[in-house]
Amino acid sequence: MTAVSTRTPAVAAAGTGTSVPGELRVVAMVWERELIRYTRTRTRIVSGFAQPVLFLLVLGYGMSGLVGTTGGFTFRQFVYPGVVAMSVVMTAMFSAMSIVWDREFGFLREMLVAPVSRASLVLGKTAGGATVAAAQGTIMLVLAPLVGIRLTPLLVVEVIGIELLMAVAMTTFGVFVASRIQRMESFQVVMQMLLMPMLFLSGALFPLNGLPAWLAVVTRLNPLTYAVAPLRQVVFSAQDMSAAARARFPTNVTILGHTLPIWWELAVVAVFALVFFVLAHRGLSRTE
Amino acid sequence: MDADRVRAGTAVRGQGPVVSADADFAQRPVRDGAGPAVDVHGLAKRYGEVVAVAGVDFSVAQGEVFALLGPNGAGKSTTIKMLCTLARPTSGRATVAGYDVLSAAREVRRRIGLVFQEQTLDDQLTAEENLRFHAVLYGVPHDRVEPRIARVLDLVALSDRRRHLVSTYSGGMARRLEIARGMLHTPRILFLDEPTLGLDPQTRALMWDDVLRLREEEGVTIFLTTHYMDEAEYADRIAIIDHGSIIALGTPSALKASVGADTVTLGTDDDEAALASLKRVGYTAVHTEGGITVFVDDEESAVGPIVSAAEVPVRTVRARRPTLDDVFLHFTGREIREQHGEAVPMFARAHGARRR
Ligand SMILES: Nc1ncnc2c1ncn2[C@@H]1O[C@H](COP(=O)(O)OP(=O)(O)OP(=O)(O)O)[C@@H](O)[C@H]1O
Ligand SMILES: [Mg+2]
Repeated sequence: MTAVSTRTPAVAAAGTGTSVPGELRVVAMVWERELIRYTRTRTRIVSGFAQPVLFLLVLGYGMSGLVGTTGGFTFRQFVYPGVVAMSVVMTAMFSAMSIVWDREFGFLREMLVAPVSRASLVLGKTAGGATVAAAQGTIMLVLAPLVGIRLTPLLVVEVIGIELLMAVAMTTFGVFVASRIQRMESFQVVMQMLLMPMLFLSGALFPLNGLPAWLAVVTRLNPLTYAVAPLRQVVFSAQDMSAAARARFPTNVTILGHTLPIWWELAVVAVFALVFFVLAHRGLSRTE
Repeated sequence: MDADRVRAGTAVRGQGPVVSADADFAQRPVRDGAGPAVDVHGLAKRYGEVVAVAGVDFSVAQGEVFALLGPNGAGKSTTIKMLCTLARPTSGRATVAGYDVLSAAREVRRRIGLVFQEQTLDDQLTAEENLRFHAVLYGVPHDRVEPRIARVLDLVALSDRRRHLVSTYSGGMARRLEIARGMLHTPRILFLDEPTLGLDPQTRALMWDDVLRLREEEGVTIFLTTHYMDEAEYADRIAIIDHGSIIALGTPSALKASVGADTVTLGTDDDEAALASLKRVGYTAVHTEGGITVFVDDEESAVGPIVSAAEVPVRTVRARRPTLDDVFLHFTGREIREQHGEAVPMFARAHGARRR
């Protein structure tokens, strides 16, 4: 039998199953797959860009007339960081929710039966979603000059950093939600009933000061609020704004009259990410 | 290897596993012991009121091709899921590669390859990307990944399509890619749940060539389910499952023998003389429509002696052994639903492949 000469010696069934390097390779591989899929679906990149642009046009130009300018600062400039945040959040959520597709088309099974830690899978998915979302948010920066926002190298670095944290939080949240969804039809419902309200009530599209009490409470309970505020703050701090404009469009979140420092806001987002990482891990660990 | 077979009571029709498989086993580390590849005792699964599997017992020897044959809803997939640690048995016990499916699930998973009834490829990735992903999931050592990918793609003859997106594959190609993927990490046991469902006869035959070659060249144990009768013929042993219970288990020939004898029917110039001569040397023979029908244990080895024992010129010879359809009908009292008119050429292939 000729097979004897060509046959490879039997390899140990699965060499590095539980080792740390093995798990890290899994994280990297899941991450890579996320990037491959993202770059292969042009429509996703385009719609991830077009939708926020639409908001920027509608709100930035439509509302500008209504709101007017304050000390030379327009509503368009105000809403711009919010729209960037919006594109990050939607891309992250969409990427995480692709688990619902993976379930439908079976690939989730291929991942779940493998002798690897579920934490590695969630970690890879989170890293992938965050990378893709931050990239999408960064593409939005090309619009800055058109809106009248000045970019500096430091600002770009800061924005990308905050985008990453925001995206990690939204991806873990999205993976958790997806792990609870069994059917594709539920996906649209979730996007509309969960994501849109979260975005609208995060201060991304309107200032958080001077809201009715109930709305103020709701926005403060919304974790996204704490992700949008830092982004706007770093963007605004790089602009020449009059005192009047800063007073008109405050950036930090205030709770009961206290103004939260940016680090606190970021910490809230980090805790949110951590909590949902644990929940997402649990969600994916259930077996029949 | 042969010792294993004997111990597990697997009398295979003489040809046994091919030599190379034996050599491979000799090279394998013995850390998983030389026991059966799969050992099942009273395994049962209920889903609420539904009893999917009602307590089954069987054992599969290393290097064996074992088929679970049954109609829709018989409990085939459920059995596979329990063996692959994807479903928790309600009761009973099962070990795979020597590890308990409940207490050592991870050890089991590391040693098995799995092809689900439903497709589980990412069709937005290329074949190669799907395989690389799998290699990482199963911890195939870095320097082994490329040779393994090249090898399994070669085994299923998809090497020239390796950089194509899976979404451009036909159903049969995707299925074969899944089998290649199941083999990528050199599992000890490959589980295939209805691997040929929905494939045309030609593709099914190709796929069987792949599977048998895998067994031959990598010494893997193959556990598969099917509801195609003719396909079960490829297996060393068959368990027929119906309503969650195993109702018959044995080699294809043993199962057929339990249903009835093989027959050889002769058309001769002088039937009366032939009948007399055959009876004289001790054959059980009767006059039938087509000529003289002789009942034998094994039609293949009997044809020659019978023709010479007839002592008159023989015009036609027809040998027939009972089919698995007869077996299924015999044990369940009904026919398995699928039609299998196209089975005949494959049946011939099967014999060809096994005789090599
Ligand atoms: N997750 C589940 N929940 C409830 N019932 C189930 C579940 N999985 C299987 N069953 C039931 O268990 C029985 C056996 O199903 P199983 O999928 O094992 O059959 P099968 O032999 O694989 O059939 P097929 O040839 O159609 O694939 C069926 O009656 C099925 O309805
Ligand atoms: Mg099934």
